[in-house]
Amino acid sequence: MALQSKTIATRHAEVRYLEGGEGQPLLYLHGAGGMTAEDPILAALAARWHVIAPFLPGYGETEECGSLRDMLDFTLHTADVAAALGLEDPLIVGHSMGGMIAAEMAAIAPGDVSRLALICPAGLWLDDHPIPDVFTLLPYEMPGYLFHDPEAGASLMTAGLKMDDPEFLKTYLIRNARQMGMAGKILFPIPERGLADRLYRIKAKTVVVWGESDRLIPPVYGPAFAAGIAGATLVSIPEAGHMVILEKPAEVVAAVASLN
Amino acid sequence: MRLPLPIPAPRVNGDNQETPQEDDAVKFIWFNLMPWPYLPDDFREKNRSVWVDIDQRLFDPAKSHEVYNTYMDLLEYADTLGFDGVGVNEHHQNGYGIMPSPNLIAAGLARRTKNAAIVVLGNSIALYNPPVRVAEEFAMLDCISGGRLVAGFPVGTSMDTNYCYGQIPALTREKYAEAHDLIIKAWTTREPFAFNGRYNKLRHVNIWPRPIQQPHPPVHIPGGGSVETYDFCIDNTYSYSYLSFTGYIRAKALLQGYWDRVAARDAPDASPYRAGFAQTICVAETDEEAERLYAKHLNYFYNRCLHVYPGFADAPGYRTIKTIQSGALSQYAPPKGFGELTWKDLTEGGHVIAGSPETVRQRMEELIKGLNVGHIFCLMHVGDMPADKCMYSSRLFAEKVMPKLRGVLPQCEGDERFWCHPLERRATPGSLPAEYARATEPA
Repeated sequence: MALQSKTIATRHAEVRYLEGGEGQPLLYLHGAGGMTAEDPILAALAARWHVIAPFLPGYGETEECGSLRDMLDFTLHTADVAAALGLEDPLIVGHSMGGMIAAEMAAIAPGDVSRLALICPAGLWLDDHPIPDVFTLLPYEMPGYLFHDPEAGASLMTAGLKMDDPEFLKTYLIRNARQMGMAGKILFPIPERGLADRLYRIKAKTVVVWGESDRLIPPVYGPAFAAGIAGATLVSIPEAGHMVILEKPAEVVAAVASLN
Repeated sequence: MRLPLPIPAPRVNGDNQETPQEDDAVKFIWFNLMPWPYLPDDFREKNRSVWVDIDQRLFDPAKSHEVYNTYMDLLEYADTLGFDGVGVNEHHQNGYGIMPSPNLIAAGLARRTKNAAIVVLGNSIALYNPPVRVAEEFAMLDCISGGRLVAGFPVGTSMDTNYCYGQIPALTREKYAEAHDLIIKAWTTREPFAFNGRYNKLRHVNIWPRPIQQPHPPVHIPGGGSVETYDFCIDNTYSYSYLSFTGYIRAKALLQGYWDRVAARDAPDASPYRAGFAQTICVAETDEEAERLYAKHLNYFYNRCLHVYPGFADAPGYRTIKTIQSGALSQYAPPKGFGELTWKDLTEGGHVIAGSPETVRQRMEELIKGLNVGHIFCLMHVGDMPADKCMYSSRLFAEKVMPKLRGVLPQCEGDERFWCHPLERRATPGSLPAEYARATEPA
């Protein structure tokens, strides 16, 4: 069942979101690469939960939002979206940048978040394991960092895209600049904004999920997150990279289901 | 090497009250990017970028001693030749610009030059915390030079600003705008004031010293085609400088965009001083001699120094969506295959204006009239060019080309808004006696 695209306004922005499925509410926060209604992870989650997946302003077809500047703005904005949708203590699932925002939400308002799934989240920095500078990567270099199988990953990324059509390419470049420009506010030049000092506040039952072949945020970050959050469990998924949500959606859903 | 013309001793100008050219004239600013001249022949093959993550081992501090002093000598020589200004700029972690602090070089020039404007193009004001530092240092330069400062405020390239200095791309312009407002206010307010900015919280702004030039030194803004920068210049009566290396033919569309904007925003005039343009220039007695003398240095610069990893070109968020949508960038991106550029490509394509004085004069006239630019940033030192060739080329330009170009834009006449206004009577640096026998007033 396809998710539906809807809009809701917060104080700062018109927010587009995807909604589908039935059951307990699940708030899904996408990564820096963005999200589409066709993403297999959304369909897989919607088979089991009532999924609400907001686009960060600047993502999808939406305008960037100048008044969202820093980590606190992003965190409170996302809480505003949940509140505007009437969601009370939804299961929060965040991938990569979305995981960073989800963890911040759970740390800032620990009483509001009782279940949390962090899928290869950003937000920590280990000097011995520097994360590649995603902002300097050229499109052809991306799959090598994002996928267990870069070749298959490249075709997943560009499926249906007319990369040799100049008009399409222009639209694509503008969208990329808009999206990554917004993401840069919390990820550039180092994707760390002090979360390590706040992780202790998280009270949610938490599962941390990592693709074993993640070459963007290496799997060594998994134990670092798990160690910082009381009672968190760590699930490693073999033969999956940073885009574990594309490569192994069923395994991700199973890990999230462990929270129920 | 031997050159056909002897290099004369620098002209001694005993009259320290002479002011820079202020007649109805195109301004010529002698500019040195300060490239590192020892990049190896296989630089491109062995390195991914001349900028940001350039190999530390390619810089030799001991050799740089000679390089820096030669480059500063050349800037000083340009003053003796009668150039209207000498220009310096700011780059970081960059093999073609070893000048992370242009203010240090400008401080030396303020002492060692007499008449030329000191054109600092400029300080990337979003990078300084607080930007009051720039207001202070520029004020010092203006005071030391006797009011010869032309102040440049670039946003800074994405390589410098975002990748080297870590500024968040999508916030860079907002931070830049705030820094600008703070600097201008610090220059023009005669009482201590509080500045409650988003990026700067200052309870007591009260710069001391302040600039000689009132209300403040003229401001030039280097830009690369952002619509926002056009508007910023037009609205504040600042000069817009396009500092490309690809020459005047490719610059036509961009500067036309600027002039269209000047008209669209109802600016009171289209004075050529509203714009500046950087052009690589090499002069010899004949076209053949120019190729023989300069081709290898142009090759070094265009095919080695500009080897920048494309991933560093534009951090997402650095350009506004409006600018990307305007479609400007694709046209102004460096052409693919810089590495293949030959003398013929570079001169015919207009990247470089090179040849006999007459050849250069013709093409410069085409440039000045075609782009309607009143400030020419003359890139007279190129790549690994040695001092003697650079002096030869500069002198021929100053003596045989520049005088014939000054009057080609008569509409500049009387427009003093975009250039410095030095003191009539200026100090002579280094004029104290070697020693005094005794102090005139005993303690």
